[in-house]
Amino acid sequence: MNNTGRASTALVGAATFGIGEAPGFTSMDLAARAALAALEESGFRVADVDGLFIGLPSDFLSGLSFAEYLGIQPKLTNNNRTGGSAFLTHLGVAARALEVGEIDVALIAYGSNQRTGTGGLVSAASPNPYEMPYKPRLPVSAYALATSRHMHEYGTTRDHLFAVAQSARAWAGLNPEAFKRAPLSREEYFAARMVSDPLSVLDCCLVTDGAAAVVMVRRERAADCKGAPIYLLGLGEATDHYQIAQMPDLTTSAARFSGARAYAQARVSPADVDVVELYDAFTINTVMFLEDLGFCKKGEAGDFIASGAIAPGGSLPVNTNGGGLACVHPGMYGLFTVVESYRQLTGSAGERQVASAEIAVAHGNGGFLSSQVTAVLGGASTA
Amino acid sequence: MDIQPDREFFAFLAQGKFMLQCARGGRPFFYPRVAEPGTGARDLAWVEASGLGAVYATTVVRSRPPQADYNVAVIELDEGPRMLSRVEDVAPDQVVIGMRVIAQIVPFEDHHTVIFRPVERAEGSGR
Repeated sequence: MNNTGRASTALVGAATFGIGEAPGFTSMDLAARAALAALEESGFRVADVDGLFIGLPSDFLSGLSFAEYLGIQPKLTNNNRTGGSAFLTHLGVAARALEVGEIDVALIAYGSNQRTGTGGLVSAASPNPYEMPYKPRLPVSAYALATSRHMHEYGTTRDHLFAVAQSARAWAGLNPEAFKRAPLSREEYFAARMVSDPLSVLDCCLVTDGAAAVVMVRRERAADCKGAPIYLLGLGEATDHYQIAQMPDLTTSAARFSGARAYAQARVSPADVDVVELYDAFTINTVMFLEDLGFCKKGEAGDFIASGAIAPGGSLPVNTNGGGLACVHPGMYGLFTVVESYRQLTGSAGERQVASAEIAVAHGNGGFLSSQVTAVLGGASTA
Repeated sequence: MDIQPDREFFAFLAQGKFMLQCARGGRPFFYPRVAEPGTGARDLAWVEASGLGAVYATTVVRSRPPQADYNVAVIELDEGPRMLSRVEDVAPDQVVIGMRVIAQIVPFEDHHTVIFRPVERAEGSGR
């Protein structure tokens, strides 16, 4: 069994930069500012970084360009691209490289200026002759198709999806960094412009600027670091399709495999988890991932969410920063699930702090529900 | 003879034939490939699809007027494979999961593509 995780490595710094609108910065500038802030928090210098993990929106060689920008000569660069989940796959590669001593200090970073930059939205997907003629509005239409099927099989409703969006806004209201902090009313939600039925513009993630970074070391090193440590307890990846028409079951993602793998390594169950950070590119993601990661039975997440369970004061705090729906979504959101987990597990989440949070799940999604990556992270008591 | 998947698929479409691929003893699959997914088997034959299927998932893509809204759907073919397509000849929001549909080959740019129509409406119109 792969024992990567189970506290052999630790995150010792995590930072964001430029959330919302950051005019005048390139994506690389934003990633560098987040990286420097995370390094400052950890107590490491730029020159200490010997493992570099990055995937900028439109720079397919950013493992090289970001190393040059920072002025470092890393022993290992990794630019794996699985969509927005990529940065959680980087956690796994970094952990394994740290464990075997190939590297000593890993920096994982991301930044995008997609809101204020002139480049517009960037798609990494190549045109497909078997999809392109029908003009799906990707990625929204892919998630809308999955939503239609979830509604058909399990009776999930737009009231359930509203509860997801409303909860995200309620958490964002507690986060000074979040982009959309006003409460969301039922009237506003149901009056919103439809994009690809049954998803409206308020079922879709934000389009913002923003950057995130984390610093990772072996656990022995963590004790000597300036930054408070949290520990990687388990990490699982899974993929079962790329294009939405090839997804084996549109109601059920490969998160059921990535989650099971991560829980097994971490030796925890969903009942042990104090706080959950999910990649909510669309409202259906939160519904589907709560089911696939074992927090609800299949088909029951809608009612669970509508009961207020995932909102502030609920029994299972989910997307405590406001998520991609209300806090930040600069093209790829995955790394922000890790940063928010770090803040919750180090007790530095301010007004939105979940009391005595010790186990967090950070879950990344990429493509069209195609890549699923689950990390189980633990606070000081799990070392 | 080495299969050239896209070229052969679109050449069949131009002749009015909607073809799937099938390995010996395997189940038909779509989209076209050089080998059967999951096994790598390369003893593939082209088999003509019945054209019949059912809507598996559906969405209405909203457009800014004067452009019209349109349907995008995942169709489950009776032979088993699923494909992305559109259901036409019916209002896009009247396409429902489970609706029986039949394929029609239509021109698209410099080649052809497969769309679907509800079975009842297509009766007698051929394909």
